[in-house]
Amino acid sequence: MKQLIFRTATGFLLPLLLLFSVFILLRGHYLPGGGFVGGLIAAIAFVLHAFAFTLKETRKLIKINYRLLIPIGLALAFFSAILPMFKGLPILTGLWVYEPLPVVDMVGSSLLFDTGVYLVVVGVTLTIIFTISESA
Amino acid sequence: MIENLIIIPVLFQLLLAITLLFFFRKIKTQKVISISGSIVAVVIAAFLFHQVYDEGILTMQAGNWQPPFGITFVADAFSTTMVLLASISSLAVTAFSSVTIKKARLRFGYFPSLHFLIMGLNGAFLTGDIFNLYVWFEVIIISSFVFITLGGKKVQLEGAVKYFTLNFLASILFLTAIAVLYGLTGSLNMADLAGKIKQINNQGLVQVTAILFLVGFGIKSAIFPLYFWLPDSYHTPQAAISAVFAGLLTKVGIYALLRTFSLIFVPDDFIKTLIVIIAGLTLISGALGAMVQTNMRKMFSYLIVCHIGYIIGGLGMFTTAALAGAIFYLIHDIIVKTNLFLVGGIVFKITGETHMKKMGGIYSAYPGLSLLMAIPLFSLVGVPPLSGFWPKIDLMQEAFFSGNYFLSGCIIFGSFITLLVIIRFWSEAFWKKNEQKELKPHVKYYGTMPASQKLFLVGPILLLSLVSLYIGLGAENIIRLSDQIAAELMDTSVYIEAVLGTSHTIDTP
Repeated sequence: MKQLIFRTATGFLLPLLLLFSVFILLRGHYLPGGGFVGGLIAAIAFVLHAFAFTLKETRKLIKINYRLLIPIGLALAFFSAILPMFKGLPILTGLWVYEPLPVVDMVGSSLLFDTGVYLVVVGVTLTIIFTISESA
Repeated sequence: MIENLIIIPVLFQLLLAITLLFFFRKIKTQKVISISGSIVAVVIAAFLFHQVYDEGILTMQAGNWQPPFGITFVADAFSTTMVLLASISSLAVTAFSSVTIKKARLRFGYFPSLHFLIMGLNGAFLTGDIFNLYVWFEVIIISSFVFITLGGKKVQLEGAVKYFTLNFLASILFLTAIAVLYGLTGSLNMADLAGKIKQINNQGLVQVTAILFLVGFGIKSAIFPLYFWLPDSYHTPQAAISAVFAGLLTKVGIYALLRTFSLIFVPDDFIKTLIVIIAGLTLISGALGAMVQTNMRKMFSYLIVCHIGYIIGGLGMFTTAALAGAIFYLIHDIIVKTNLFLVGGIVFKITGETHMKKMGGIYSAYPGLSLLMAIPLFSLVGVPPLSGFWPKIDLMQEAFFSGNYFLSGCIIFGSFITLLVIIRFWSEAFWKKNEQKELKPHVKYYGTMPASQKLFLVGPILLLSLVSLYIGLGAENIIRLSDQIAAELMDTSVYIEAVLGTSHTIDTP
């Protein structure tokens, strides 16, 4: 069953959704958003692709082993938690780059933590959805 | 930076779990990492314990937020003792599970989940924030759901449904109680709560909250009449998993009870009487349950319920001597209950049975191993001078002299039935002559295992038995430790001062 409109739209939506998910991730510290929602949106982009084409096509598209995103994300979050320890501060203390950077604005260890969450959510959601749709 | 040392036991387990996730399908690597990591964890816990024992309570403010606004981690004698015991038990369990757990189960994240579970336990012991305690409880039960369903057999899922429902209910009650407490005081820091709760006019509502906590933690630690989920679910998973559950999961509920009911809610006469009655009934019902069981692992599960009664009884009397007895019992119980289920695992590997009537002949086949297994069994009963003897004497004496004749009667009854049950188990499984029967094809028997695998089965039991022997024979040190912990639980000013600082003294009305 070929749905031309859906497929064409997905071709545009996939990069847009991924970009949007990064946007949500970056604004998350002070405004609504963050790693969890961003990760879900990114996962939805791939799920949409899997609906429009097939699971096999999406697998080809992702290339890397998405299961590996879970430990990588956890490791990032872990690293952001222990980072203050090396400066003699209690763990999870927020460390910030004091000059605002272009585009992403203020950057701190909480962004690293959120990025970890983002990767974990993408990994977990893709694992769950792909496992279910494989066995269905 | 000495303060960050507090959180290292938690972070290290997280690091182990993450590393194991990278080797998700490589079981051999996982075994090596898990066992060697657990050894390091014991060293870390011992170092932390030593540090706190020498220099007093350590605190750490996560995120550098000042108390009572941030999450405080507190390492006092009680919590570090628990962390040390948890890491010793988990070392034994990781070694034991490396040979007993089936490959198919190891491939689905057994070891990472185990380390997430231990991380949750360590976090629950070390946190000084009531909401954070709830979060660690969630970490613990989510990981335990993995274990209780891993394998997906029908009987397992049946146990899992009961386990899930009751634990979920307990979590909801716990969360509700926290919400009410926060509404009353505007604080979640346990040391801060201790002061604020006394200044509330509506003491009736405080009492209700205390009961909510009692029921919530009561379900988790399986006290009367909320224990029935435990014997129904603990016998279904593998021996190594049941050992973690038996040794540590119910004990974290007890830890939370002891902590909240000494620090936040100081029990009044009504709550004391209530807890004493519950303790007595827990002892009686657990003992009677154990007596009628013929399934080895169900019998052990009822013994867990029974022995919770001793610790709760100590809390109910709420004197320094009674609490010291309860703490000593808790220390003894963690090690010996873990060991008991590991022994159950070996007995199953030797005989291929969980039904006591069908066992037999272990003593004649393996006399040395049987003597080793006798140590945890008779420590549990409390044969002097083994480890169960001392706290029972303490508790019985305290109950008798404080006029709690009901409780002292129940303690005697519980001890007597434990003796009876263990003797029956011993004579059935060890001394009875073995009838010839054909071997079951799907069971990997102990006799057919290579020596290296046998080492990983017997080694953990040896380790825990040695710890048990030390608790029994070096009782003087343990008594000193439990006296100190009990004194700290009775007089919480040291704890509160350590968390909030000396400038923040609390005026009690």
